Amino acid sequence: MARIELDGIRHAYLPDPKADSDWALKELNMQWRDGGAYALLGPSGCGKTTLLNIASGLIRPTLGRIRFDDRDVTDVGAEARNIAQVFQFPVVYDTMTVRDNLAFPLRNRGVAEAEIAKRVGETLTMLDLNGLASRKARRLTADQKQKISLGRGMVRADVAAILFDEPLTVIDPLMKWELRSQLKLLHRRFGHTMIYVTHDQTEALTFADTVVVMFEGEVVQTGTPEELFERPKHTFVGYFIGSPGMNVLPVAIDGGAVRLGKHKLAISPVKTGNLTGKLELGIRPEYVRFDPNGLPIRIASVEDIGRRKIVRGRIDGNDIVLIARENEEIPASARVAFERGRAGLYADSWRIETKG
Amino acid sequence: MDKVWNNRAWFMVLPVLILVAFNAVVPLMTVVNYSVQDTFGDNIFFFEGARWFRDVVDSDRFHAAFGRQLLFSATILAIELPLGVAIALTMPRGGFWASLCLVLMALPLLIPWNVVGAMWNIFALPDIGLLGYGLNYLGIRYNFTNQIGAAWFTVILMDVWHWTSLVVLLAYAGLRSIDDAYYRAAQIDGASRWAVFRFIQLPKMKRVLTIAVLLRFMDSFMVYTEPFVLTGGGPGNATTFLSIDLVKAALGEFNLGIAAAMSIIYFLMTLLVSWLFYTLMTRGEEQ
Amino acid sequence: MKRGRWLIPTLYIVFLMLPIYWLLNMSFKTTNEILGGFSWFPRDFTTASYVKIFTDPTWYSGYINSITYVAINTVISVSFALPAAYAFSRYRFLGDKHLFFWLLTNRMAPPAVFALPFLQLYSAMGLFDTHLAVALAHCLFNIPLAVWILEGFMSGVPKEIDETAYIDGYSFPRFFTRIFMPLIASGIGVTAFFCFMFSWVEMLLAKSLTSVAAKPIAAVMTRTASTAGYELGLLAAAGVLTIIPGAIVIWFVRNYIAKGFALGRV
Repeated sequence: MARIELDGIRHAYLPDPKADSDWALKELNMQWRDGGAYALLGPSGCGKTTLLNIASGLIRPTLGRIRFDDRDVTDVGAEARNIAQVFQFPVVYDTMTVRDNLAFPLRNRGVAEAEIAKRVGETLTMLDLNGLASRKARRLTADQKQKISLGRGMVRADVAAILFDEPLTVIDPLMKWELRSQLKLLHRRFGHTMIYVTHDQTEALTFADTVVVMFEGEVVQTGTPEELFERPKHTFVGYFIGSPGMNVLPVAIDGGAVRLGKHKLAISPVKTGNLTGKLELGIRPEYVRFDPNGLPIRIASVEDIGRRKIVRGRIDGNDIVLIARENEEIPASARVAFERGRAGLYADSWRIETKG
Repeated sequence: MDKVWNNRAWFMVLPVLILVAFNAVVPLMTVVNYSVQDTFGDNIFFFEGARWFRDVVDSDRFHAAFGRQLLFSATILAIELPLGVAIALTMPRGGFWASLCLVLMALPLLIPWNVVGAMWNIFALPDIGLLGYGLNYLGIRYNFTNQIGAAWFTVILMDVWHWTSLVVLLAYAGLRSIDDAYYRAAQIDGASRWAVFRFIQLPKMKRVLTIAVLLRFMDSFMVYTEPFVLTGGGPGNATTFLSIDLVKAALGEFNLGIAAAMSIIYFLMTLLVSWLFYTLMTRGEEQ
Repeated sequence: MKRGRWLIPTLYIVFLMLPIYWLLNMSFKTTNEILGGFSWFPRDFTTASYVKIFTDPTWYSGYINSITYVAINTVISVSFALPAAYAFSRYRFLGDKHLFFWLLTNRMAPPAVFALPFLQLYSAMGLFDTHLAVALAHCLFNIPLAVWILEGFMSGVPKEIDETAYIDGYSFPRFFTRIFMPLIASGIGVTAFFCFMFSWVEMLLAKSLTSVAAKPIAAVMTRTASTAGYELGLLAAAGVLTIIPGAIVIWFVRNYIAKGFALGRV
């Protein structure tokens, strides 16, 4: 296991990058601690796979250095970095048995056969693959094959980190859940440094201790799932995480306090000074409640999804979503209020400090 | 794809069926007819039974032609397959150079077969052809018109020149279908170049290579024009393969009975191999 | 291996180009110079052979005849194969697997076996020495090939597209021409390419079924070789000119060559 440091990484796929949009990864500084479970979360094209491939050594970054445990590996190839990678679709050596698949990386590194047998046996047990050890890899299901891919990484005792590139893409939903749980379990037991790339927030939030949200080549926020949910630093994080995502309502400052449409709210920015640009209020649907003393809302639709109801409406022409409880009655002329301390203020999409 | 059962689809297939059947069934009936009959001329035929078949199977001439044919097919397979795969492995993955390579390599495939034969004839002539002159210049006594060894050498070299590109194109297409992730995983696993070939590339090329083997075997088994134009089947009988022998018998000597019997036997052999081909292919696809 | 990688394809291409270069070389020499000795380049550069081919009707009609029957064959093969391939791709019907296999066997049919029977058959129909005869005869192996290739491409188009079109009120002919064919356009191109290729290169049947009126260039060349007694320069020039149509066709489909072979149905 190793600690991975990314220092000033910038990457462009084009040979001569000039404009900002030519860079796939804009300036990145990050530290992944030894034994941590990280998720790189973001929409397609945000640069997360690029970042993963830079970490694994399959791509050499245009600018910046990478260090594994203080050893500069920027110019070192993938095989020498001692990492393991699990790809989007299962990569197994079809003609070999499961056992030989797992033994392959060790054989290539010249490990003694006795040692190989021991490590392979341990890995088979870890991944619950003992019954399939002598089966040809070609004839397994997709999830079993992904386990073998994972196993090829874990079979190496000194593996520095295991990198996952959207590994559950081709797995069907039931097995997705099982594999996710197993991955978490494996991480808790063996403590490998694991970096997991995905565009699915459920996968990210359930797997990782720390989630890195990326957007257009930049890291927008790094934090625990709770932090990302409660205090998103960027409107994109708010929108991307949670289902449905955070409400983002345009507001204005009026005499030091925030005004939504015609209504003043009990929230105000700490520094009212140089507030330029677009001003928005972010509040999660979970924290919008019916309140007879609140802001009037015109309800457009109510979706009953069993345990909750998703209510969509408009306040002064701005769309807003709120979550109501299962048996809650929706009043005819409704009013809503925002739970204290749950709303955030965003200037040009970035969160600013507030009081109230 | 989930196919729907619909017998009215026969209407769509009918034109093809009629045209191909016309070309295939009617002539074959004629051939079968001739193979069991004899004539004294004047278009009077009488039934002869399996006499022609026995004659053919017993004839030394047929055995010789068959033997030469097998040797020829085996040799060119042994050369063209590894060579084609090796070339495909070293070709660039994509881009301008790859396109250029493919275009140039495909060129021999589109030259009329008699021109291939004529071209190699001119090319290999001892005094005035580049190959012939070159070999003799290097001290090797080479004349394909009267040396059996030289004739075989030239015929085989010509076929390699002509058809290896087919194997290259098939193998190249097969290689291109391998996703990059396999190579990356192999890199991370520390696999050697040979291991990558053996465990990733070769298994994934199995389908196209099967097709290449069977196509080359079939086409070489039926080869006629190129060796005929190059050597005329000679010197003597040295390069008279099955088709050449058959055409000699049918159109040259007008020995219809023997020719017809030979045709049937020949055709049955190709049917057997086609059946093998088809079974292997569909079994592969079902997997 | 990485450094010298380009060497192998390069050597191979040089090997491929040598006989063609030699043919070109010969085509610009006089017969006397050819028979006189060996030289890398023509000492007496002459275009006499080419002039003769372009001016002598026996010669240039050979090319026209060949191109004619190849074109007829390609059109017939592709147009007959389209509905059949569609049927194989979308439907299951009585005897479909056997029919497909039987079609395949015709791709593998040895032309030598059919030479004489074809001669008799087409003569009996009064089609001896016509372009149509050769075009039809080549259908023996080209139609199965066309059906096979097209079926591969068609299977790549999901059935849902057909169903959507019917729901939208398209009749089958309109659906096929307006919606389906554009989707498999590259497949049709690849098929036409292979039909062209196998018809253009085939000589035995083409020669057997013609004598004067529809004589293909192949027959003109072989006749010259035997009777006119080794007019090598002329032969070489004729040969060079037969390479050109092939080269043009390859150039036009160069982007699809890999895809066509990828289907692995050649």
